[in-house]
Amino acid sequence: MLQISCPWCGTRPEGEFICLGEAVPPRPDPAALSEAEWAAALANRANIRGLHAERWWHVRSCGRILTIWRDTVSHAIVPPPDGTAALEVKP
Amino acid sequence: MQRFSFLSLARNALSHHEGWRRAWRSPPLREAYDVVIVGAGGHGLSTAYHLAKEHGISNVAVIEKGWLGGGNTARNTHTIRANFLRDVSIRFHDVSVKLYEQLSRELNYNILFSQRSMIDLIQSWGKLRDLRRRSLAMALHGPAYDLISVDELRRRIPAMGDLSGVRLPPLAGMAHPQAAMARHDAVAWSYARAADARGVEIHQHTEVTGFLRDARGRITGVETSRGTVRAGQVALATAGNTSHVAAKAGLSLPLVTRNLQAFVSEPVKPIIDVIVNCPDVGLYVMQSDKGELVIGGGTDPIPSYRQGCHVATFEDVVASLVELFPRFKALRMMRQWGGAIEFAYDASPIISKTGVEGLLVSTGWYGGFKSIPVGGLTYAHLIATGTPHPLAEAFGLDRFTGLRFLLEAGTVAQR
Ligand SMILES: Cc1cc2nc3c(=O)[nH]c(=O)nc-3n(C[C@H](O)[C@H](O)[C@H](O)COP(=O)(O)OP(=O)(O)OC[C@H]3O[C@@H](n4cnc5c(N)ncnc54)[C@H](O)[C@@H]3O)c2cc1C
Ligand SMILES: [Zn+2]
Repeated sequence: MLQISCPWCGTRPEGEFICLGEAVPPRPDPAALSEAEWAAALANRANIRGLHAERWWHVRSCGRILTIWRDTVSHAIVPPPDGTAALEVKP
Repeated sequence: MQRFSFLSLARNALSHHEGWRRAWRSPPLREAYDVVIVGAGGHGLSTAYHLAKEHGISNVAVIEKGWLGGGNTARNTHTIRANFLRDVSIRFHDVSVKLYEQLSRELNYNILFSQRSMIDLIQSWGKLRDLRRRSLAMALHGPAYDLISVDELRRRIPAMGDLSGVRLPPLAGMAHPQAAMARHDAVAWSYARAADARGVEIHQHTEVTGFLRDARGRITGVETSRGTVRAGQVALATAGNTSHVAAKAGLSLPLVTRNLQAFVSEPVKPIIDVIVNCPDVGLYVMQSDKGELVIGGGTDPIPSYRQGCHVATFEDVVASLVELFPRFKALRMMRQWGGAIEFAYDASPIISKTGVEGLLVSTGWYGGFKSIPVGGLTYAHLIATGTPHPLAEAFGLDRFTGLRFLLEAGTVAQR
């Protein structure tokens, strides 16, 4: 059972959350892209074997979305590497 | 290839079974091949077999970082079925089931194929509507998928407990008589042996770590843990590891890798003779020939390459199991494990050339044991002829750039 730190609620068990997957850049404007670029933005994922940033939705509590850094092999949750915002939050 | 028959068994019994030859060779790794297939799982091996058999291309190396068939092929719960939603998926898997029906004979190897039906237990109106829709789509193509009553359900699965008290009382069932199971290792071994007999080389314990490219960027070979190997074409069959390998060629793919786990009980006397699938609560269970109950559920709902047991999912599956089959509370579990399976964005397979010349992929096999025969047949066709096999035309990467997604869904748990 993963223990996930929500900046509002504290450390909570994973069952309270829904994982929204890899943290992808904000949705681009499709009109500004070629069809191939738009398809890649929609569907392609880095799918990293190792440390990556991902979004979790604290659906069974505060309802907010947060970003954590987790290793996809060991499942260890680590502080964000230097240079990234501590807990970047999507509205 | 030394053939298996009653006579050869009897003859070898006389020499205390010490005279059998190895089922495949382990030749030295050469410098160049026409085709390098990366990954000796069911898909890589079946592809190699069909390259040699239908296309006469046998200057082929299958390069495997671990041992042959030790990836998801070794870890899967061997269910074979054709109950899909989209026309192309139904046709594709219908052919796969038919190839499986003949496989023991075709490869002269008993894969313990057992066509014993899959029975779905439906516990919500949404799921009933979803599966009825599949059933109507399938009626156009052949494989059966029929609605059955709760009484019939009880008759087919007597091991189930009293259903009146369960949280989501069953509404109906669906029966898919073509569904089958087969010995997973035997599928990998039989293809390996048959491909080897046609000249294909299998190189185990050899990891592909990078690619060779010419000035124009075309792939001309692979770097491996045992040296450089040149190749006319490189075909990935690397399952959950495909994004990681393709990234070394600068290729980004519409894939997510997740962990899927399963576990087996101690062996018991025959108690379930169909494959039971409970999509609303995320559980499936069947009994192996050894008597063990083989139990699985949905994928872990997070990106993962862990190949292990995720406790949150395990608890969910066990809770569903003991609610529907209270008598299984007394069973001890013997083993549990996981595999790294890969989902395409639209949950359909990808059998395709890529934006990198000389590099091909066959991936998106989150439930692809059932697809090993037809996957190999169609991937080999693409590698050999440069054009997609008619059964797999819709499975190219161009469906993403053309926004022609082929939305499918697994059949176990969609929670
Ligand atoms: C628990 C579980 C249950 C499942 N149940 C079912 C089921 O009931 N029915 C069904 O149809 N499917 C099922 N599946 C899915 C099925 O196992 C896979 O879709 C299928 O085995 C895929 O075959 P493959 O050859 O593509 O992959 P694999 O057998 O995983 O082969 C890929 C190979 O590539 C090798 N490889 C990876 N990277 C490299 C590299 N860099 N260099 C060299 N080699 C490399 C790996 O070591 C591996 O051996 C299940 C999977 C799991 C994990
Ligand atoms: Zn919270």
